[in-house]
Amino acid sequence: MLSAIGVTHIDELIAHIPADARLNRPLNIATGKSEFDIVDYFRERGDRGANGFASFLGAGVYRHFRPVVADVIVQRSEFLTSYTPYQAEIAQGTLTQIFEFQTMVCQLTGMEVANASMYDGSTAVPEAAMMAVRITGRNKTLVARTVHPEYREVLDTYTKHQGMPVAELGYDAETGRLDMADLAAKIDSDTACVIIQSPNFFGTVEELDALAELVHSKGALLVYVFTEAISLGLLQPPSQADIVVGELQSFCISPVYGGPFAGIIATKEKFIRQIPGRLVGETKDTQGRRAFCLTLSTREQHIRREKATSNICTNQALIALMGTVYLSLFGKEGLRELAVQNLSKAHYLGGHFETRFSGAYFNEFVARVGDPEALNAKLLEEKIIGGLPLGRYYPELADSMLLCATEMTKRPEMDKLLAVAGRSK
Amino acid sequence: MVKKVRSHISQNEQLLFEMSSPGKKGYQLPDLDVPVVDPAAALGGQAVRSEIEGFPEVSEVEVIRHFTRLSTWNYAIDLGMYPLGSCTMKYNPRVNEQVARTEGLAWAHPYQPESLAQGMMEVIAALECALAEITGMDAVTLQPAAGAHGEMTGILLIRAALEKQGNPRKKVLCPDSAHGTNPATAQMVGYDVVNIKSNDLGMVDVAELVKAVDGDTAALMVTNPNTVGVFEEHIVQVAEVLHSKGAMIYMDGANMNALVGVARPGDFGVDVMHLNLHKTFSTPHGGGGPGAGAVAMKAHLEPFAPTPRLKLDKGVYSWDYNRPDTIGRVRAFYGNFGVLVRALAYIMAHGGPGLRNATMDAILNANYIRKGLEAFFDLPYQSPCMHEVVFSDDRQTKKGVKTGDIAKRLIDYGFHPYTVSFPLIVHGALMIEPTETESKAEIDLFIDAMQSIAREIDEDPQMVLKAPYTTRTSRVDETTAARKPIVRWKPAS
Amino acid sequence: MYPETFRYTKEHEWVLVEGDTGTVGITDHAQKELGDIVYVDLPKLGITLAKGATFGSVESVKAVSDIYAPISGEVLETNSLLAGAPEKLNEDPHGAAWLVKIKLSDPSEIEQLMTVSEYQSYIGA
Repeated sequence: MLSAIGVTHIDELIAHIPADARLNRPLNIATGKSEFDIVDYFRERGDRGANGFASFLGAGVYRHFRPVVADVIVQRSEFLTSYTPYQAEIAQGTLTQIFEFQTMVCQLTGMEVANASMYDGSTAVPEAAMMAVRITGRNKTLVARTVHPEYREVLDTYTKHQGMPVAELGYDAETGRLDMADLAAKIDSDTACVIIQSPNFFGTVEELDALAELVHSKGALLVYVFTEAISLGLLQPPSQADIVVGELQSFCISPVYGGPFAGIIATKEKFIRQIPGRLVGETKDTQGRRAFCLTLSTREQHIRREKATSNICTNQALIALMGTVYLSLFGKEGLRELAVQNLSKAHYLGGHFETRFSGAYFNEFVARVGDPEALNAKLLEEKIIGGLPLGRYYPELADSMLLCATEMTKRPEMDKLLAVAGRSK
Repeated sequence: MVKKVRSHISQNEQLLFEMSSPGKKGYQLPDLDVPVVDPAAALGGQAVRSEIEGFPEVSEVEVIRHFTRLSTWNYAIDLGMYPLGSCTMKYNPRVNEQVARTEGLAWAHPYQPESLAQGMMEVIAALECALAEITGMDAVTLQPAAGAHGEMTGILLIRAALEKQGNPRKKVLCPDSAHGTNPATAQMVGYDVVNIKSNDLGMVDVAELVKAVDGDTAALMVTNPNTVGVFEEHIVQVAEVLHSKGAMIYMDGANMNALVGVARPGDFGVDVMHLNLHKTFSTPHGGGGPGAGAVAMKAHLEPFAPTPRLKLDKGVYSWDYNRPDTIGRVRAFYGNFGVLVRALAYIMAHGGPGLRNATMDAILNANYIRKGLEAFFDLPYQSPCMHEVVFSDDRQTKKGVKTGDIAKRLIDYGFHPYTVSFPLIVHGALMIEPTETESKAEIDLFIDAMQSIAREIDEDPQMVLKAPYTTRTSRVDETTAARKPIVRWKPAS
Repeated sequence: MYPETFRYTKEHEWVLVEGDTGTVGITDHAQKELGDIVYVDLPKLGITLAKGATFGSVESVKAVSDIYAPISGEVLETNSLLAGAPEKLNEDPHGAAWLVKIKLSDPSEIEQLMTVSEYQSYIGA
């Protein structure tokens, strides 16, 4: 190869790199390890994790059973090792599957269009706010304090330099739902959107009708956020909202220390040109057969550059594929049955606690336990990871923790937790 | 003789919704060990949905067959060379997939006690350390989810540092060869974008740059090697021009596969950069993601890094949330940890010398392709190329055949096309990046195929214009898709 | 091909002035450069455009072109045909597929635009 190129030594190929820009020593990284060593390295680190512990953590990342089939499909070479489907003729597999994914997201959320996925739920929130600003020509965002605290931090980071002021809305101390009076006081003719989460960070289900009516009467858009996608199997689709964003982790994605997950963004058809990220559309090939391709690309950064709807480029195709396989396995009946199991487990556990809020909850709730850190320390001795202490995010709830139960939470684990917490009946 | 011509598979398959049949299911749930709760009683009848209209009902074997059939309509690295320029489609080692599924890592909750998260934190620390060494930078954050997300993080860091000095400044300079994400990112961080023309070697024109940089300039966003595959030979001088005016230099690390072990951005003046772990560090593209966009920075930007930061104290790791100058979070939790695991496994498997060998092989492969094709295709820039080579369709357009058509014909030869029509500064670009993965044998097949297409264009351009012929679908009508968008399935009415 | 009665811009728009109203479109040359047009974004009625300002865009599958106001004035009418049938812009750019009608605020501006012969030599036709 070198002689074909016309050089005698391979280093001649980089001779044009100026000496002051070149690295003249070996990288200080140990020489290559064998496959055995690599597997062993990660197993050792995993073993020092929480194997064998029961866990009651939720708060945006949920433990759900992963059907074996989904992991088999995502490890197929043709899905795993392909690129973004720009060449439609040899990417119909990915394109068809994304079209199915977009359809399922619409069916679940009551929206009319959905994109091919976002990085995760947290980054989908500012994308929704930016979209609302483009649609309404207004600049203010109101966000409920009951939206995941880390999502709100991400919203702040994104909006800070885009001339998009963000203000927070309180919650009703009795129900745990959005404080409607606070919303009525703060919404005005500059408000582009109101962002709420349901079930919210406290696990409480929001009541959308009155909320949507107030938001729309002021000409603003309602953005609905979810972190627990399984709730969509049971709750009314949030069709009163204008934009729905959320986190798909519950659909077959293991918690994997916080990522990779996948976000969704869905909206009404009339806003299709303002949606960020990739979209797959149906069309035909030259012989009139159904085919799919990426479409409306002119919204995106590789064409519109600084005028694009977003700088987003990567989506989470493989994660969305896993979700699509998961949803097709569970289907119409299964998702509901799964959601009822989650509801039942959480209510079994919640029934033993002094719950902090009266609003209806799905699979998470806030329990007043006095000293959450002390309780968690005791639980840890029993190989139980307790709930999330809320004081860091809500100082007024320092005596409370957020507890979650899913279909994977076993009754003996719950009974043990209740015994340690002194809550057995 | 052309050795590689393959038919692409063409099995028919309906959509899930069309094969659905009431009552079919592909799941089993365990028996409920607690009393069943009536949803209407717990949530209120109003809050409970009746059914998910149109949702599929299919069996497990139907699910397996459906997705397996769909998969056969995809091209993939595991099927052959995937020479997409700027995308670095290299082999995705399978051991990486296995270690990312290690139980204690895969099932780690981001909020589990730090005492039970030391293993995860060690992985993150080890990767931060390796990437700092590879880039010649002082600190790394692994929070960003993708390349463009890393760009945003990097420009936010620059903005925060300048603000701390009293003036965030107004504009960011982008060469006209830049990826579209660069200007889109600068805009999202509140900067005006100023385009800088490239010179006729395909490099940043230093004279143009000197004119453009002033007290309002926050940064230059530069890709090196740039998108025509050329190392910016004046990069040290470019950095000096910016630094002399108090501005910074951001490097888009999309092409880092050309530099690992050979040159370090930190040594040639870059202040902050991102790395696409799904390009250079072999994590799978998965049909469009997930990726990860690590950001490496010099010490003067570290105080502004996203929270939380990993901290080591007396041999124990913890997350530090108390960072007064931080730009804040760019996403929830700590990053795409599963992708980070794969990238670290790649680095461990190669080691320092192996990483440099990979870089040199990638450069060798690109130069070999350049030699094999330069008699057949127009080479707009004569500068030496690094890991990718960019041709133009200048000769072929005289026969009415454009880069997009050549790409479609390449499919009939069993390859994935190169990157089409990018960078924008080359009219009708063919951007070819073989990566180190490909053997001489595979690259010879590719060169054969491209030479054969060039001859076909001379002899029968009309035939090429109708390609591909061997795929499941013939050319797809993107125009109708965009004019009348159908982006979800609906039942026939 | 290019009507004598139109005036032209370097950005490949045309204007036809009738009384104090200017009808604006893009030229045949522009539509050919763009290829199959899939979407046309037009301004709201009643807004006032300054000469040279961007007032909309024309999209093909893989490109977007901004459209610049060749003359100053208020937008009186936009072509509703284009919302449902953007392909008309490929078929009849100088006729049915006009973009907007503008009430001229400074009719003298028209003299600064190219005549048909100037435009044809500009595009090398």
